[in-house]
Amino acid sequence: MIGFIILLPLLGFLINGLLGHRLPKPAVSSIACGSVLLSFVISFYIFLQFLEAPESWRFINLTLFEWIPQIGVSFDLKMDALSVLLSLVVTGVGLLIHLYSVNYMYEDESLWRYFAYLNLFTASMLLLILANNLLLLFIGWEGVGLCSYLLIGFWYQDIANAQAGKKAFLVNRIGDFAFLLGLFLCFTTFGTLNIESLSQIHLSAYAPHILTVITLLLFIGACGKSAQIPLYVWLPDAMAGPTPVSALIHAATMVTAGVYMIARLHFLYMAAPISMTVVATVGVLTALFSASIAFFQNDIKKVLAYSTISQLGYMFLAVGCGAFTSGIFHLMTHAFFKALLFLGAGSVIHALHHEQDIQKMGGLHKKLPLTHIVFLFATLAIIGMPPFSGFFSKDEILWMAFNKNPIYWVLGVLGALMTTFYMVRLFTLTFYSDSKLEKDKHVHEAPPLMALALIVLALLSLIGGLIGFPHVFHSAIHLEHFLDGFLTPVFSSRLESHGSQMTELSLMGITTFTSIVLAIYTFIQFHKNRDWLIHLKLKYATPHKLLLNKYYIDELYDRYLVQPVRKMATFFWTIIDTKIIDGAFNGLATLSTYFGFQTVKTQTGNLQTYAFVFVAGVVAILLFIWF
Amino acid sequence: MNFENTLLTLLILIPFIGTLKILFMPKTYEKYLMWIAFGFSVFEFLLSLTLLCYFDSTSHLLQLVQKVSWISTFGISYFVGIDGISLWLVLLTTFLTPLVIVATTPQKHTRMYLASFLFLETAMIGTFVALDLFLFYVFWEMMLVPMYFIIGIWGGTRRIYATLKFVLFTLAGGVLMLLGIIFLVYLYHDQFGVFSASLLDMYSLQIPSEYGQLLTPQNLLFLAFTLAFIIKVPMFPFHTWLPDAHVEAPTGGSVILAGVLLKMGTYGYLRFALPLFPQAATYFTPILFTLALIGIIYGALLALAQLDLKKLVAYSSISHMGLIMLGIFALTPNGVSGGIFQMLSHGLATGALFLMVGMIYERRHTRELDQFGGLAQTMPIFSSFLVLFTLSSIAFPSTNGFVGEFLILLGVFQNNPWISALAATSVVLGAYYMLSMIQKVIFGSIRYAENKSLKDLSIKEISVLVPIVILIFWMGLYPKPFLSRMEKSVDYLITHAQNYDLGVYEKNK
Repeated sequence: MIGFIILLPLLGFLINGLLGHRLPKPAVSSIACGSVLLSFVISFYIFLQFLEAPESWRFINLTLFEWIPQIGVSFDLKMDALSVLLSLVVTGVGLLIHLYSVNYMYEDESLWRYFAYLNLFTASMLLLILANNLLLLFIGWEGVGLCSYLLIGFWYQDIANAQAGKKAFLVNRIGDFAFLLGLFLCFTTFGTLNIESLSQIHLSAYAPHILTVITLLLFIGACGKSAQIPLYVWLPDAMAGPTPVSALIHAATMVTAGVYMIARLHFLYMAAPISMTVVATVGVLTALFSASIAFFQNDIKKVLAYSTISQLGYMFLAVGCGAFTSGIFHLMTHAFFKALLFLGAGSVIHALHHEQDIQKMGGLHKKLPLTHIVFLFATLAIIGMPPFSGFFSKDEILWMAFNKNPIYWVLGVLGALMTTFYMVRLFTLTFYSDSKLEKDKHVHEAPPLMALALIVLALLSLIGGLIGFPHVFHSAIHLEHFLDGFLTPVFSSRLESHGSQMTELSLMGITTFTSIVLAIYTFIQFHKNRDWLIHLKLKYATPHKLLLNKYYIDELYDRYLVQPVRKMATFFWTIIDTKIIDGAFNGLATLSTYFGFQTVKTQTGNLQTYAFVFVAGVVAILLFIWF
Repeated sequence: MNFENTLLTLLILIPFIGTLKILFMPKTYEKYLMWIAFGFSVFEFLLSLTLLCYFDSTSHLLQLVQKVSWISTFGISYFVGIDGISLWLVLLTTFLTPLVIVATTPQKHTRMYLASFLFLETAMIGTFVALDLFLFYVFWEMMLVPMYFIIGIWGGTRRIYATLKFVLFTLAGGVLMLLGIIFLVYLYHDQFGVFSASLLDMYSLQIPSEYGQLLTPQNLLFLAFTLAFIIKVPMFPFHTWLPDAHVEAPTGGSVILAGVLLKMGTYGYLRFALPLFPQAATYFTPILFTLALIGIIYGALLALAQLDLKKLVAYSSISHMGLIMLGIFALTPNGVSGGIFQMLSHGLATGALFLMVGMIYERRHTRELDQFGGLAQTMPIFSSFLVLFTLSSIAFPSTNGFVGEFLILLGVFQNNPWISALAATSVVLGAYYMLSMIQKVIFGSIRYAENKSLKDLSIKEISVLVPIVILIFWMGLYPKPFLSRMEKSVDYLITHAQNYDLGVYEKNK
């Protein structure tokens, strides 16, 4: 049955991809949404079954057929507690975004192409999640990358979009290059790429440095896919794609693949403490770094993109600290509220006829009441206001990080405050403050399917946190940390903390309190004066410029990586290939032609010359013989 | 003599009969010539499929063997047979030929064109199945004749230069190989008292070699064969004939050149150079590894710099062929079977890419990348196919290119992780030049009026490409039938590298 979860969207892709241009739009939309709906239903059914089943029975294995027999790779699927949760997120949030897209993309003439790609994406993502073999996972891994490439460049008529798609694919390929090497090393070390077999190996028998290298190589792949330092540069550009795509692929699902991969291979990472430190450190640094870039961005989607990178950093911080459940928890809540933020942003953009600059927005809370409310929910969730979902997951990560190393906690809280600042700025400038809109612009609220998706996600953003209710409150309110219990068989450990309840509660209080104060302060400042930042800007010109230009990282990469390769290519072609190598062969040819023509000269056709040479030759021979 | 043993001979003869048939067709049938040739090649393909029925994949021995004495004074015979290494190459040839005939037959000099391709098919199959050194050499050089005309008559503006370059390069290598063959025949006579040019006899030959010495007979013989093969592959720095030949060759010529002819070089190593001269092969492996590695990166970088669509695909071939060589010389089961598998993958993907270049050239009469842009709007079907073949070319998982590349790189990694890591940079570079190409051709806005009225692919063109797409994904998702049939031969080659002695398969043994 789990095969169908993947197969249905794949069929949707094939039907829409091959015949979609002949089908009417309602049919195209129904096929696309229907296939994802069915996958969701199956996933949900399995989820319910798992809930009833005893812990050790919570998995389904399925081997379809052999793929590359000589290295023992088959199409092995496995549904367990972890993958069923992820399937629910992918098909559930995916379904909502599919529905949203029906309204959002309806006017587009290649709707069929859009839905075909979206279905292919869903299928690939599900394959990635369900694969029980790293090489099979890699099909999904690159498959989602391909769909991302195609969807970023969906409006390919503008070459900038195609360029952004290519950039995304290539940066991901750099990560995949390392990922492949990781697979090679994994295979040569353990002799298998099957995840289940790997998990049963006694890793203590292997040299720790090999485990470190394998996990680090795989992590570089994760940095590409999940947009972490130094490979995050593609994600902001990826916003060139349609907004629902940004919500699904570049916020809720695909970019979390790296986190999932590490959680899936938690046993390998646990055996490589150095790699864990690297993962956590890269995560927390990325969280801070990209949050700072988000400060001054004016494109509503770009702010959200940097925010996604930052939130992914938190997830890596969590898994790097060994709190895999917390990482997955944040992955899920983030999927809800970040998808909502993007869809809300899409609703704004849709309403304003493709305006994305928040400097040109303002006062929208009256004109777009629904969008305003859901956006508020999502904002409160991401900045970690209780009782919104983000509060629970972020707080859990911070607490687990504190247990690992208080410095992680300090940096994490700093990042959380930065998040509060830029998100409240975004929210205020869009929905409050003076209206900068032209008065006659017709603004319309989201149509029904879009509204439906927004409302459901808003509810999820509100209550989604309850699946991970903190242990610390357990005595007060009888709510279990559901996720921890559910995922325990997968990670074979529960979340553990050795700090006292007192510490946990006071840390929670500190972060929440400062965040609330900062949020209110920022809101008031921006509400009073849209240009609040501009004053700051004048005061701190250099840091502002640095942030506005995203630390010039793109420029650096271009100058020291891309351009040298291009120059070398041209040099190799024009000088080495054309002049030197081909020149040498052509020179050889010319030389033989030259000697040919030189010897032709001896054939003068003059009898006297021939006679003279002949006699001279005879004389020479006679002389040679005599002496 | 039963049917099985004449099967290979039939496969060699049928295209040749087709050639004669085409040449002697009355003028009134001019219109049907293409379909006659197509009929011959399809029949040939169907017949070659029966190889799969008779082929016993549990044996590494030479199968479907036929041997007839030819020039008995020197022990030269007509001796053909196949094993797991050559089986798929024969099928690749018979698969591509009908596609080329139906897709690329020109209006001008149709008769000669068709005759050339059918004759070429005879020579190609002959090369892959010949088990007599002399016979192999005859087929090897026989290929040059039709290819010379194909480039020289139906080629572009610099066709004479290109075809001459192609022939001279190939001949230069071939002549040394002939010297090597003659030397081997005499050496056999010295050791066994009789003349023989049979490859199987040669395997039992003791060819003098001294550890660490450069100028031993075995090393020199290896070099003589290597020059022929290295030019054919082609490997850096003997590759410069290839871009010229490709750019000037007509589409059909390019498809066969990239699809089949290049593989003769790599096949030559597997059938001759490695098993005949094992010590020399070990001795020269570092050098060939280096050249292959240079070729992979160098070819990719040059592809990146190209402004001409066809040249880009040509240079990408150099990169891919370098990878195949790397896999073969890794001498691990994964490396070698990956190499053979990649020969097929590359033959299909690159062949298809050349077909597509031809299709767009026919419409637009240019191959300059800057002249295109926005074709996804006017030619959506063309664009979709281009993306699909690109996926195979950049080794996207689920296509055949991935299986081949993964096995090769894994095979190399098992012994030489650093070399594998360097070679794997082609994963990034390959995507870079191919996606840049895609972007320039099909994405963006339409900047030239000529591109606005382009017709999308016709039914005929689509039906040529669809079989290739199916194979690409079949081989990518279920490569087992392909890999399992080469497995035994590959294993034998690796386990018996130092004492290779292939016998003839007998049924019911």
